[in-house]
Amino acid sequence: MTLSLFLEQLLNGVQLGVMLFLMASGLTLVFGIMNFINLAHGSLYMAGAFAAAVAQQATGSFVLAIVAGVVAAALLGIVLERAILQRFYTRSHLDQVLATFAIILILNETTRMIFGPSPLRMSLPHALSGSVPILPGVPYPTYRLVVLLAGLVVAGLLYLVIMRTRMGMWVRAGASDRTTASSMGVNVPVVFSGLFGMGAALAGLAGILAAPILSVQVGMGEPVLILALVVTVLGGVGSIRGAFFAALLVGVVDTFGRVLLTPALGSMAIFVTMAIILAFRPRGMFATHG
Amino acid sequence: MTDVLEVRNLYKRYGGLVATNGVNLSVRPGEMHAIIGPNGAGKTTLISQLQGMVRPDAGEIFIDGVNVTATPAHQRAGLGVARSFQIASLIPDFSVLDHAAFAVQAQLGHSFRFWRRADREEILLAPAREAVEAAGLGARMHSPARDLSHGERRQLELAIALAQRPKILLLDEPMAGMGKQDGQRMTQRLADLKGRYSMLLIEHDMAAVFSLADRLSVLVSGAIIKTGTADEIRNDPQVRAAYLGHG
Amino acid sequence: MADGASRPIRAALWPALVLIALLALAPALSIWLDDPFTVKIATRIVIFAIGAVALDLTLGYAGLVSLCQAAFFGVGGYVVGILAWHQANSEAVLAGWMGSSELALTLPLAFLVAGLFAAAVGAVSLRTGGPYFIMITLAFNQMLYYGAVALQKYGGDDGLQIINPLTLFGYDISNRYKFFYLALTMLLATVLLIDRLARSRFGVVLRAAAVNETRAIAVGVAPWPYRLVAFAITGALAGLAGALLAASQQFISPADMAWDRSGDFVVMTALGGVATVWGPIIGAAAFIFTELSLSSYMQHWQLPFGLIILAIVLLLRGGLAQLVDLARGAKKGGEAVHD
Repeated sequence: MTLSLFLEQLLNGVQLGVMLFLMASGLTLVFGIMNFINLAHGSLYMAGAFAAAVAQQATGSFVLAIVAGVVAAALLGIVLERAILQRFYTRSHLDQVLATFAIILILNETTRMIFGPSPLRMSLPHALSGSVPILPGVPYPTYRLVVLLAGLVVAGLLYLVIMRTRMGMWVRAGASDRTTASSMGVNVPVVFSGLFGMGAALAGLAGILAAPILSVQVGMGEPVLILALVVTVLGGVGSIRGAFFAALLVGVVDTFGRVLLTPALGSMAIFVTMAIILAFRPRGMFATHG
Repeated sequence: MTDVLEVRNLYKRYGGLVATNGVNLSVRPGEMHAIIGPNGAGKTTLISQLQGMVRPDAGEIFIDGVNVTATPAHQRAGLGVARSFQIASLIPDFSVLDHAAFAVQAQLGHSFRFWRRADREEILLAPAREAVEAAGLGARMHSPARDLSHGERRQLELAIALAQRPKILLLDEPMAGMGKQDGQRMTQRLADLKGRYSMLLIEHDMAAVFSLADRLSVLVSGAIIKTGTADEIRNDPQVRAAYLGHG
Repeated sequence: MADGASRPIRAALWPALVLIALLALAPALSIWLDDPFTVKIATRIVIFAIGAVALDLTLGYAGLVSLCQAAFFGVGGYVVGILAWHQANSEAVLAGWMGSSELALTLPLAFLVAGLFAAAVGAVSLRTGGPYFIMITLAFNQMLYYGAVALQKYGGDDGLQIINPLTLFGYDISNRYKFFYLALTMLLATVLLIDRLARSRFGVVLRAAAVNETRAIAVGVAPWPYRLVAFAITGALAGLAGALLAASQQFISPADMAWDRSGDFVVMTALGGVATVWGPIIGAAAFIFTELSLSSYMQHWQLPFGLIILAIVLLLRGGLAQLVDLARGAKKGGEAVHD
C-alpha cells in the first residue's frame, strides 16, 4: 500500500467514522438516558436521505435539500417518540426490540410504496464535485473532505451542548435520576422528546451526507445502524466522548478491512475487532460518564 | 473455637463519603450479634461487604477462619453466608416453596442437571419445606411471591436464608416496615432460632434488639464505637452521647 | 403432582402436544385438498417452530433477547449444504473425507457446529448485561452473515444449491410427506427437551436469574455458565432447524441468516408468548401463515405485518399467551418484587 493510498483510505475511514458518530450519538444518548433500544434509528437515517433527495429534485438546491432532510428526520423522530416510543421507556427491552423492529418494517415498506424499488440519486453542487490535493499529486474528493469537516464541527457542537448548556444539564440530570429531575422542575417528557428529535436530526444528517456517496434506497439504514450499535457498545453506552473515539476506530477498521481483504471478509473485520475488545473490556472502552 | 465471622479493619469509601471506616467485628458460634446505629451509619453497606456484593477498599473478612475478602458473593454463599435483604428481593412467579427449594438447590453444588423435574425432587423439597415452616410461612407454601403481603415477604426472605443452611445469617432489618403484631411475631421467631444459628442482625427496633442479642455493636459514621452486652451498651457514656442520647 | 398447586396453562406441556398433533394432520389435509403447497407451508412452519421454541430457552426462560438466531440457523444450513457439495464434487472436506449427503450424519453435525458457534458468540456477549447483549448478538449475526457471503467457493452472495439427493439412513427423503414427518419428529423432540430443561434445576436457575439476578447470586448461583449453556443449546437447535430448511429447499443462502431473519425469530417467539413451549409454535405458525397470505394478496405486505406486530406489542404485553391469561383473569408476572 502506497503512502498516498494509505492517506486516502485513512481519510475515508475517518469520514465514515464521523458519519457513524452522527448516528451513534443519538443512539447512545437515547439508550444511556432513557434505557431505550431504538433499532429504528436507521430508518431516520433513511428518511433524511430520501427527504433530501426529493427536495433537491424539486428545488435544485443542495442547501435546501440538507435543511429539508434534517427537518424531516427530526419531525419523524419526534412524531415517533410522542406517538409510540415514549410508551416503551418503562417496558422491557424485548418489547422495545419488537416495537422498533415493527417500525422498521413499516417505514421501509412505506418508503418502498412511495418511491419504488429503484434507488434515488443525489447530485453534488458544482463547487463540491471536484477534488483537492491533500498532498502534492494526491487528489481527494472535495465533498468527502467537506463531510469530514462538517461531521467534526457537529460533533464538537454536540459535546458543548451536552456538557455546557442548560438543556445538556437537564439531559444529564434526567439520565441519572428521573424522579429527582422532575421534582427539580425539569419537564422530563419534553426534554426527552427534544433529545430524541436531536438524535433523529443527527441521524438524518448522516443519511443526507452519505446520500451523494452511496445511493438512496430502502434498507440503507440497517447496515449503518448495526455499525452504529457497535460504536455505541464499544464507546460505552451513554458516553458521547466514547462514541466519538469508537466511531473513528470503527470507521478506520471497516475501511481498511474492505481495502486489504475481500469486501465480505473486510466487513467481518470490524466485528472481529469488536469481539476482541469486548473480551477484554466488556463494558466498552470508556466509562459511562462524559 | 474460631469465630464464625471475623472482620478486620474494613474500609469502604464512595467518592468523598466514608461508608465503612475501620470496622472490626466478630460473631461467635451460635451467637446473635446485633449492630445498631443511626440512619446513614453504613449498616447495609457493611452487610453488603460481608455478603460480597460490595468489594471493600481495605481490610479482611474471615468465615470460619477462611479469608473470603476476595471471594465473589455466590461463592461466599457456598461457604455458608446467607443474607436476608432489607428490601425483599424475590421472584414474583416463584412460589414460597420454589424460593426455598432454589436456595437448597444452590447449596447442593452445581445446577447442571437437565432432566429431572426440580419441583419433584424430594431432596430439594424436604429441607425447603422445613425452612418455610421455620420462618412461619407454612400456610403460604404454594402462594406465588407476588401475592404475599409485606410481612410475608420479609418472612420469605428469612425462609430463603434458612434454606441455605448457613454458617452465618446476615439479617438486614428483618422487621422493617412491619406492623406491631408482625414485628413481635418475627422477634419471637428469631428468639426461637437463637442458638441454632450464628447471626448478625441489623435492626432499628431497640426493644427487640436488646432482648434478642447476646452482644451488640454500635456503628456510628462507619466505625464501631463500642461492642458489648446489652447492659454494657446501655450504660456506656460514649454510646449514650453518640447515639442513644438522640432517641 | 407431588407438590404444589396445579400447573398454570402458561407452563403446561399439553397445548404444545396438541399443536404438534394438529400439525401432523397437514399431509392428510394436503392430499384431501389435492394441494401440495399445504404440506410445504406446514414443513416451513415446523422448521421455524423448532428455531423459535429453541430461542425461547434463551429469550423466554433466561430472559436474554438474542438477535443472533438466524446466524446459527444459517450455520446449520451451510453444514448440510457444504458437506453435500463436497460429495457432489468429489472434493475432500478434510483429511480425505469426501463430505456426505446422509442426514443421519449431517444433521447432528449441523447441531454440533452451530452449538459451537453459539458457545463462542455467547462467551463474548454474555459477559455484558441485558441491553448490551442485544446489540452485541445483532453485531455477531451481521458478522456471520458476511462470513457466509465470503464463502465464494460455496456460492457467496448467491447461496448454495444442493444438487445431490439427500438421504436418511440410506433412504431417499425427497418425498415431501416423509420429510415433513422427519421435521415434525425433530419439533417434538425439541419441545420435550425444552420443557424438561425449563423445569430442571438448570431451568430453575435460568428462570430465577432472568427475573432477579441479585437473588440468584445471594443464594450462591452465578448465572453466567448456565446462560452460556442455554445459549449454546438454543444455537445448536437453531442449527438443526437451519439444516432441515436447507434440506427441504435443497438450498441455503446468506439471505437466510440476514439480521432481519433474527428479528423474525424474536417476533415468532415473543408474539406467541415467551416462557411457554407452545407459544413459539403458535407464533411461528401465525408468522409463516401471515407472511404467505399477506404476500400473496399484496406486494407491500410488510406494512400491515409491521402494524400487526406493533399493535400486539402495544396491546398484549405477554404475547398471544396473554389472551389465555386475560380470559382466565389472571395477573401478569413481571419484574422482581422489591417492596
